[in-house]
Amino acid sequence: MLSRTADSLFWLARYVERADNTARIIDAARRLAATPMSFAGESNEWESALAAAGALVLFNQGHATAERDAVIDFLAFSRDNPSSITRCLETARHNGRAERTALTGDMWEAINSGWLDLKRFDRQHMDRDTLTEFLSKVKEACLRFDGSAYRTMLRNDAYCFLRLGVYLERADSTARILDVKYHLLLPEGAPIGGGLDYFQWSSILRSVSSLTAYHWVYHESLKPWLIADLLVLNNEMPRSLASCYENLTMFLDQLSQAYGRQGPAQRVARSIYTRLSNSVIDDIFQKRGLHEFLTEFIADNNRLSAAITEQYLT
Amino acid sequence: MVAFNEMFVDERVCRPGYEFLQRWLESTPPAVLTQRRAEAELLFRRIGITFAVRGDAAAEERIIPFDVIPRVLTRGEWQHLATGLEQRAVALNRFLADIYGNAEIIAAGKIPADLVYRNPYFRPEMAGHKLPGDIYVHVAGIDVVRVDDRDFYVLEDNARVPSGVSYMLENREVMMRLFPDLFAINRIAPIEQYPEELLATLLSAAPRAAPDEPTVAVLTPGPFNSAYYEHSFLADKLGVELVEGRDLRVRDDVVVMRTTEGPKRVDVLYRRLDDDFLDPLVFRPDSILGVPGLMNAYRAGNITLANAVGTGVADDKAVYSYVPEIVRFYLGEEPILNNVPTWRCREPAALSHVLAHLDELVVKEVAGSGGYGILIGPAAGKKTRDAFADRIRADPANFIAQPTLALSTSPTFVDSGIAPRHVDLRPFVLSGCDKIRIVPGGLTRVALGEGSLVVNSSQGGGTKDTWVLDA
Repeated sequence: MLSRTADSLFWLARYVERADNTARIIDAARRLAATPMSFAGESNEWESALAAAGALVLFNQGHATAERDAVIDFLAFSRDNPSSITRCLETARHNGRAERTALTGDMWEAINSGWLDLKRFDRQHMDRDTLTEFLSKVKEACLRFDGSAYRTMLRNDAYCFLRLGVYLERADSTARILDVKYHLLLPEGAPIGGGLDYFQWSSILRSVSSLTAYHWVYHESLKPWLIADLLVLNNEMPRSLASCYENLTMFLDQLSQAYGRQGPAQRVARSIYTRLSNSVIDDIFQKRGLHEFLTEFIADNNRLSAAITEQYLT
Repeated sequence: MVAFNEMFVDERVCRPGYEFLQRWLESTPPAVLTQRRAEAELLFRRIGITFAVRGDAAAEERIIPFDVIPRVLTRGEWQHLATGLEQRAVALNRFLADIYGNAEIIAAGKIPADLVYRNPYFRPEMAGHKLPGDIYVHVAGIDVVRVDDRDFYVLEDNARVPSGVSYMLENREVMMRLFPDLFAINRIAPIEQYPEELLATLLSAAPRAAPDEPTVAVLTPGPFNSAYYEHSFLADKLGVELVEGRDLRVRDDVVVMRTTEGPKRVDVLYRRLDDDFLDPLVFRPDSILGVPGLMNAYRAGNITLANAVGTGVADDKAVYSYVPEIVRFYLGEEPILNNVPTWRCREPAALSHVLAHLDELVVKEVAGSGGYGILIGPAAGKKTRDAFADRIRADPANFIAQPTLALSTSPTFVDSGIAPRHVDLRPFVLSGCDKIRIVPGGLTRVALGEGSLVVNSSQGGGTKDTWVLDA
């Protein structure tokens, strides 16, 4: 297929995934901000939401403080933020329209009607209920797109590029949320597993929709290292880095089989996946430090994105 | 001026071929038509058939109004028209091969040399370059109108990058979904084979050096182009890649496209990009839509461009007036289709006639298209006419004038009910190296405003399905 078409599909998937992630981040931040200060401590949940969405630097260029309304507007609607939910879906739709024939009818309808639905919301009038409705519409649109791709698309190279976009974006997002939240929530010098409140830890899991999964897997109260274990190393957890890389290697292998050729993308993905598979969470905490581990992972993930772009998309 | 009504002889009696339509319209309540029209609109929106209007940024995506009442041609009428279209297409291809070759028609004094050589669409780069089968205009969208029950008049030959065929195909698709019964009781000539015929035409024109199964691609300016929907529609139906300039590269005079499996050679480009933008090394240097080096590959005979470069000189409105001469010169036959009598303002006698009769004439820019730059004298106010007269005086050679034709009307479902509206017809003529292919019918455009003669979609025109009926 044309490199440009593959590129459009790859980014279409990334933007849909990003919109969904951002909606969940806002949702979780809203929830935490609603808990009484005595439970929530001193941390600024809105600043952490910006950081988790990778938008803190850009936000600070135009704002002095991270106030609730300004953050929500920036993450959900802003034209200045290329990763705001509306911009993401707009770009996704634009890519979809440009590659209309590479999408199935159901996929196009999902992205097109999702976009049309969301266009009706007026960012000037975002009361609590309207925002809730907006966020759930975003999640619905993304689920519908993902579901129609899963159900209707030919399992050919186009499907592989779409899925690669999904998992690269998801891995990046999970790593960021974990990194940012972990450090913002953990006060300087506080012992890990100390007196931090349930609400704060659960907010990490909520932003990746994994609170219930945690209980099913660990049958324990929330422990920071178990949260990290779930989101980094647990293969069964679809948001985890390990699961994302299991899928990334699988779809890259499918491509190399279809094209009869391997390249740097396959090698990079496999080496990251191997490293994840061979890690245990205690080592990550004790030897490297979670922050260092995640920083390196995000850089590796970007390296894989660049390798895929270089090998297939240009 | 009473226009020819294609359906009715008088209030009660309809013409042959239209009997079923009369019965159908009489037995179908307006509410049903309204509902069907709404369904059609929904279908078009869902399929995503939209177009952009120049200078209207807010309306990025509109759909063209669709009329649910079909326009009918009998088999006999169509045969006559098709023969004429074929004759015209052959003559235009012969003309282009000649002016980029030995220029016999100019030597014979049948057409002024400067009209050809100083024409903005004449491409000196094409001189002496031989094309497979001498085919230049692989796809022509020849606009014709009727003024009575016998004759067709050609308005424009559209030999560059004619559009609209996706509407022809989708209109039929929608009609078959809305009114399956009408298709069951009438013998309506099918048109859905058009993409196949187009592909066969393109393949027949592949370079001699191309492999047995040449690779075809559709070249588009991109999603911001008003006809982008059609480009992607056609690529999809042809089963070929839809490429933009940035997907292509020229290496050693060979055109390749960038694919996920590496560079792949392209043999035939159905290009929907104007000459000016094709190759920044040869034409407009600021074009980012084209492919640097494309013309070198073309001149090396390694790629077929459809349509060829430089065909605009054949559909120029001033050259248009010479087409009857062109037909006689190359084919030794009388033209089957009529030309609209044309005053060329470049000729002083014609200029003064035009200026004196502006209120009766349609004046067009020689190089205009899409309904822009047109003065419809009888419909324009004095102020508009005077302003236009100044433009004509400033550059007479840029204008031609024609009498306002009483375009035929076809029954159309409008707000006030079923009423006659003016229509034209754009059949698509495919010229391959093996033969000429025309699917029966074409795109009927209808001017929805009462009395309006402008059918262009950019100016508020709509479309209809066109049925060639076997009696």
